[in-house]
Amino acid sequence: MELLLDISLLSMLVATAIGIAVSRDLLAAVMLSSIYGLLSANFFVTMDAVDVAFTEASVGAGISPLLMFATLAIVGRFERYPHQRALPALLLVVLTGAMLILATLDIPAFGDPNAPAQTHVAPRFINESGTEIGIPNMVTSVLASYRGFDTFGEVTVVFAAVVGVLALLGSSLPAAGRKLPDTLLQASNHRILRIVSKILVAPIMLFALYVQFHGDYGPGGGFQAGVIFAAAIIIYTMLFGLEAAMKVINVTVLRVLAAFGVLLYGSVGLVAMLNGKNFLDYDALAADPVHGQHYGIIVIELGVGITVAAVMMLIYFAFAGRLIDRSHKS
Amino acid sequence: MLTVTTITLLVVMAMALSRAFVGPTVFDRILAANVFGTKTVLLIAVVGFLFGRPEFLDIALVYALINFIGVVGMLRLIEYLEEDKQSTEDGR
Amino acid sequence: MSPLEIISAVLLAIGSFLVLSGAIGLLRFPDVYSRMHAAGITDTLGAVAILLGLMFLAGWTLVLAKLIMILLFLLLTGPTASHTLGKAAWKSGLQPLTDGREPAGDSGKGAE
Repeated sequence: MELLLDISLLSMLVATAIGIAVSRDLLAAVMLSSIYGLLSANFFVTMDAVDVAFTEASVGAGISPLLMFATLAIVGRFERYPHQRALPALLLVVLTGAMLILATLDIPAFGDPNAPAQTHVAPRFINESGTEIGIPNMVTSVLASYRGFDTFGEVTVVFAAVVGVLALLGSSLPAAGRKLPDTLLQASNHRILRIVSKILVAPIMLFALYVQFHGDYGPGGGFQAGVIFAAAIIIYTMLFGLEAAMKVINVTVLRVLAAFGVLLYGSVGLVAMLNGKNFLDYDALAADPVHGQHYGIIVIELGVGITVAAVMMLIYFAFAGRLIDRSHKS
Repeated sequence: MLTVTTITLLVVMAMALSRAFVGPTVFDRILAANVFGTKTVLLIAVVGFLFGRPEFLDIALVYALINFIGVVGMLRLIEYLEEDKQSTEDGR
Repeated sequence: MSPLEIISAVLLAIGSFLVLSGAIGLLRFPDVYSRMHAAGITDTLGAVAILLGLMFLAGWTLVLAKLIMILLFLLLTGPTASHTLGKAAWKSGLQPLTDGREPAGDSGKGAE
């Protein structure tokens, strides 16, 4: 059964990838890439990688198509220049692909007990995380505590990304007091859609909080929660216009929050250092090391969630503001 | 019965995918993507029961929400592009 | 098999049948509106049947609550998405297929 699932999901994945490459309609390509996200999350589920599937669901199938739609609204739906048959490019891609396939031959088989991944640190994580960290979801223990420094790096990358986007599009960020003639962005004729979405926005936010704070016990955590929270705000903005959203959300506060999350994460590490342990060693946060781990993980997950949510919203608002600027000029 | 349902869902997903490839209109593609998303939710729920891991349901729940947001986003984009096209044509 | 399992199997079978018939309609029907008709209706009812079938397997647990929540979300979002899709297609100037006419999609604004 599992083999059948894997084979059919992976063959659909290949078909989708070919479809994306062939399609000249960018809208169809983005849509297929969202299906691609759904499919890959599906086989992550069959491989028992529930947390990865969760991330793929919220990021790959959720927020990235939304951001790409916003991009398409600015650049248009079709490729402006005709496809060129570039033989060197094809050659290069085939060569790289062949080398990658060659490299997979050296990778140990999936689930091989003698693979290095299974013999070095994994036994420690599996056997000791229950007593050392004391939370049921082992993935969260590894992500937030054992590998806390890596996750810190990831959050910094997310923050750096928004700094880059704002450097390019920051001037079109909608300010609180500015007049926003965005009839284009308001769906005032979609009454049913507006009402249903209004009902849904609050449960989506609530679900984001559940994902945020339930990450210790089940799949989830700061990254996924931040994305889901931002998605709720984005759907509100899509249907009620930017001006209505600006009444709820202050862009300046969002900028501060994006930095605050990273700082919160880093300051947990500093507190641990001040208490005489290593950077991001949560044992130092409380008298009982397991309690310290709990506090540390909750605080850093919160930092991750705040940063990711603020960054996603900022990027979307920058795109939407750009759209308004553009329709204003023309 | 769970096995039969899983296989059916896989077949349906493949059919929806082929409709997403063929089109011909963009609305066919959106429809296919929507059907695909719903089937993914169901597949994850059913597979969770099949493998005895019902905590997979959190992911199904996320999909049920995300799928709707995606469809709304696509529709808004198409509407925006058409209004944009009309307004630039009027301007000429 | 316990009675609950039998009920669940029946519901799952109904759901599978509905979902499959909807997919056949999605593939075989001639224009976008009839495809929407096939997919929209069976999507909702099929999902309800399958989720109900799973609920009978779950028993009184947190899993049941999550299944109910998924069901509620699908019941809210499925018909709304179909409705909005139909409305957007109509607004874009896509004509439904009537007897003796060219299938919609070969001409008109919505076509590529």
